[in-house]
Amino acid sequence: MVVSKRIVLHFPRRVVERPIVYRLVKDYDLEFNILKAFFTPEEEGLMVLELSGEQTDYDKGINYLTKAGVRIQSLSQDVIRNEERCTHCGACVTICPTGAFELDPLTRRINFYNEKCVACVLCIKACPPRAMEVHF
Amino acid sequence: MAKTIEEINEKIKAGKAVVVTAEEIIDLVKQKGTKKAAQEVDVVTTGTFSPMCSSGAYFNIGHTKPRIKLGGGRAYLNDVPAYTGFAATDILIGANALPDDDPRNRVHPGEFNYGGGHVIEELVSGKDIRLVATAYGTDCYPRKKLETWINIRDLNQAVLFNLRNAYQNYNVAVNLSDRTIYTYMGVLKPDLGNINYSSAGQLSPLLNDPYYKTIGIGTKIFLGGGIGFVAWQGTQHAPNVLRSDNGVPRRGAGTLAVIGDLKQMKPRWLIGTSMLGYGCTITVGIGVPIPILSEEILKYTAVSDEDIFAPVVDYSGAYPQMKSDILGEVSYAQLKSGMITIQGKEVPTASLSSYPRAVEIANLLKEWILSGKFQLTKPVAPLPGVESGITFKPLKERPIED
Ligand code: SF4
Ligand code: SF4
Repeated sequence: MVVSKRIVLHFPRRVVERPIVYRLVKDYDLEFNILKAFFTPEEEGLMVLELSGEQTDYDKGINYLTKAGVRIQSLSQDVIRNEERCTHCGACVTICPTGAFELDPLTRRINFYNEKCVACVLCIKACPPRAMEVHF
Repeated sequence: MAKTIEEINEKIKAGKAVVVTAEEIIDLVKQKGTKKAAQEVDVVTTGTFSPMCSSGAYFNIGHTKPRIKLGGGRAYLNDVPAYTGFAATDILIGANALPDDDPRNRVHPGEFNYGGGHVIEELVSGKDIRLVATAYGTDCYPRKKLETWINIRDLNQAVLFNLRNAYQNYNVAVNLSDRTIYTYMGVLKPDLGNINYSSAGQLSPLLNDPYYKTIGIGTKIFLGGGIGFVAWQGTQHAPNVLRSDNGVPRRGAGTLAVIGDLKQMKPRWLIGTSMLGYGCTITVGIGVPIPILSEEILKYTAVSDEDIFAPVVDYSGAYPQMKSDILGEVSYAQLKSGMITIQGKEVPTASLSSYPRAVEIANLLKEWILSGKFQLTKPVAPLPGVESGITFKPLKERPIED
């Protein structure tokens, strides 16, 4: 069975330089698509990846990453909305590149569909009351 | 049919007043007509919840032992500078104030994570705030240093005093340049990438009373979740602008200065706010009740988003350069549809003002009035109207030559 998943990889400083993603291709026959890669201010490497391949290869690949010291999170857990703080203004709607925010025309509230989120973090600082949070 | 505020207050006391929101009145007038609606309805409640930069608060912290004179010294609340140009223990903090060591826009766009607006929100939430102050020392106020936690419940007075709030209409912002710009109207993407607006439109207080026939100095209002008053016309109050046939300004026009006891306000309605690349501010909730004293006043409150127009302004050129050019006018109904065609391009819209929260404010105020705990006040003086001739003047610079 072929699977395709979006995951977030957190690299501690010491593994950043090693060609980890390359080995996923070579040793585990997985295909990848890097959606976003950057360093956090704490110098942790962060990569949003779409990974696909046979389920067994996928599991082995994930196992390899974990052993190499990479922390893996499923994507949807990463960017969350603090519901207490969100005022439903709508400033995020035109900022998000994937359309994860949608205006409900009736209630005029802003729905957040985090399955559409690719953790690009653009909304984090563009939200005036800072209701969007990245959880590493 | 003309009613008086006294009569409406009698009805409120008796639990018989009919109160609807500025949104509900629109359909009611469509069904019943203005005459019948004006007979039935006593009060229309409005609301707005939006970043409002010209806001601040002042406090009296009480005297220390030995005494310190903060006036003329320096004071910081959670590292954010407060104004000390008053007497010994009165300090004032503005929503835009930033810690001295905030990097601001040195790395553009600056984040502006914490400023005066956040201090006000935390105070209202009941959190302890760190006060650090220095003074020069006098014979009667010998102390020179003070470092202490303060809490709103211990302050003698804590007063929200906003110099300019509740703008009657506002610019709609776009960016015609080829790079992203970071403004007080939010992040604007290049080449007309998005349109940002900031008004509750049909629910906004002064758009429902375009000629200030009921809202005046002394009007009791919902302010920050508590009770406040209109203290004066706000700064930049400019009643003399282009208006539609229904009287509604087509440009930014009137404003309100508002005041109220911060101790009874709630953090849900005073939110520290960060505008990326611009600065810190505070999002303020305001609701104003409009007494339906006549059919004419009711007609004004029945205004809907289709009939309120705002100018589209380029924030990469015309705005910073103080040019009056606009790209056209759009209605709030168009803005709220989510997409507008400008210069042949479909552009997505977004709001900085929260309409759901404006609805919530109008409903809260309605409940307060229905429950009898909020009665209306008669203004002690009117706000300057069109006849005042007041306009919003630019600064006439007169270079200083040595
Ligand atoms: S910009 Fe922030 S506060 Fe406004 S709707 Fe989006 S998440 Fe909520
Ligand atoms: S992190 Fe990026 S993709 Fe996710 S909701 Fe925010 S703007 Fe959209």
